[in-house]
Amino acid sequence: MNQLDAEALCRQLAEQIRPHVTPATALVGIYTGGLWLAERLHKALGIQPPLGAIDVSFYRDDYGSKGLHAKPQKTEIPFNVDGAHVILVDDVLYTGRTTRAALNELFDFGRPAAVELAVLVDRGSRELPIAARYCAHTLPEALPHDQSLELQRDAAGGFTLKLTQRA
Amino acid sequence: MRNPQLNQHGELQHLLTLDGLPRDILTAILDTAAPFTEVAEREVKKLPLLRGKSVFNLFFENSTRTRTTFEIAAKRLSADVVNLNINTSSAAKGESLLDTVDNLCAMQADMFVVRHAASGAPMLIAQHLQNTGRDHIHVVNAGDGRHAHPTQGLLDMYTIRHFKQDFTNLTVAIVGDVLHSRVARSQIAALTTLGVPEVRVIGPKTLLPTEVEKLGVRVFHDMREGLKGVDVVMMLRLQNERMNGALLPTPQEYYKIWGLTAEKLALAKPDAIVMHPGPMNRGVEIDSAVADGTQAVILPQVTFGIAVRMAVMSMLGSHLAPDSTGTRIHA
Repeated sequence: MNQLDAEALCRQLAEQIRPHVTPATALVGIYTGGLWLAERLHKALGIQPPLGAIDVSFYRDDYGSKGLHAKPQKTEIPFNVDGAHVILVDDVLYTGRTTRAALNELFDFGRPAAVELAVLVDRGSRELPIAARYCAHTLPEALPHDQSLELQRDAAGGFTLKLTQRA
Repeated sequence: MRNPQLNQHGELQHLLTLDGLPRDILTAILDTAAPFTEVAEREVKKLPLLRGKSVFNLFFENSTRTRTTFEIAAKRLSADVVNLNINTSSAAKGESLLDTVDNLCAMQADMFVVRHAASGAPMLIAQHLQNTGRDHIHVVNAGDGRHAHPTQGLLDMYTIRHFKQDFTNLTVAIVGDVLHSRVARSQIAALTTLGVPEVRVIGPKTLLPTEVEKLGVRVFHDMREGLKGVDVVMMLRLQNERMNGALLPTPQEYYKIWGLTAEKLALAKPDAIVMHPGPMNRGVEIDSAVADGTQAVILPQVTFGIAVRMAVMSMLGSHLAPDSTGTRIHA
């Protein structure tokens, strides 16, 4: 996975989205990696409505068995969702459950005109009927379930993708 | 013996008292409450965490604010809420506390929120549930006798942290009827655990518990002296209904000596905040001008109380399932 250049993928993703940006387009990043990525895209694409952020902790479907995330963050949607063209941004698309949770949460703020999904990497293994409209890279083969892939941000704000083996 | 409030994984199983609750759990509750404050601003003020769960509000003693905020908190978490006003029901017909609990368990209760005039009643229920193998049912103490009112203590801590950020450089004064106050006991326990270097209690000798200084507080019998330089003034309600005998002169005289007026508040730091757990006796323990003044944070306390109760219930509810004793992953 080290051959994946997160910075280059981020630029590609911005160019994929650019032709589809309208004045009604708003971005919502999913904590944590998706929000970093959304901050970057928000600036690169000159999006007008302020950036939104979603922490899906309270909407996860595994809350009953896994409990709450140690320190949930505040979901903030600082624009009017009604009629907006919302692009949800996440670093890695995997089972689709996070996206499902984010969609549910977003709709508690209003009725968007359209919602699309933008991700840096699709790692396969979908468990729900969810697909990304914008995706910078799709892995040729699904990653094993005991591996975790996520975006990292260094002190200077530079992006890398980190693959780790879970115990 | 392990802390009866924690399960074998060290997670919150019941919330009975703040006394002896570890600092990391206290902090985790406050941290979890923060994102819940935002839910009130949404079009749909609901989160799905307790969907399909039943929360029973068991109030053996009257309460409006506490019961209502617990009810709102549970409803915002999508739980089904059943309010039982026991004064007027089976207890009046002679049913015992634990029989009432067993009957409600038979109605598939997942959580009990208990207010009782007897200290220790919520603990009794929690022990009963444990002894009968019903570990998946949780108890939240909503105020028991003179013992504890942990969610009030927690919302007070949330309020202090909101306005003052850090606990470790504060001087906090608790003023008034400490003797009858379960709120004061919970406040003192939480402030001490969270590392507040100086907690003062201020009140007449007749309204302070004997040996109150053993709780780690500085005692003042002169309000002006005690308020000097404090960052936080926590007023207590004068609990007329709990008093037998002549502990006090008249409310007017109490106000003259122990009522918080602008003139006395001026002795505290200029940016000191004024708190009150409600309901307020205006003109007895607090002057209206102070209660409605710029330093008062009494209404934010109420609002934060909803978020804090949501945090407590969602932390308890995250292991509602009877089979959740396996390894737990915090993803």
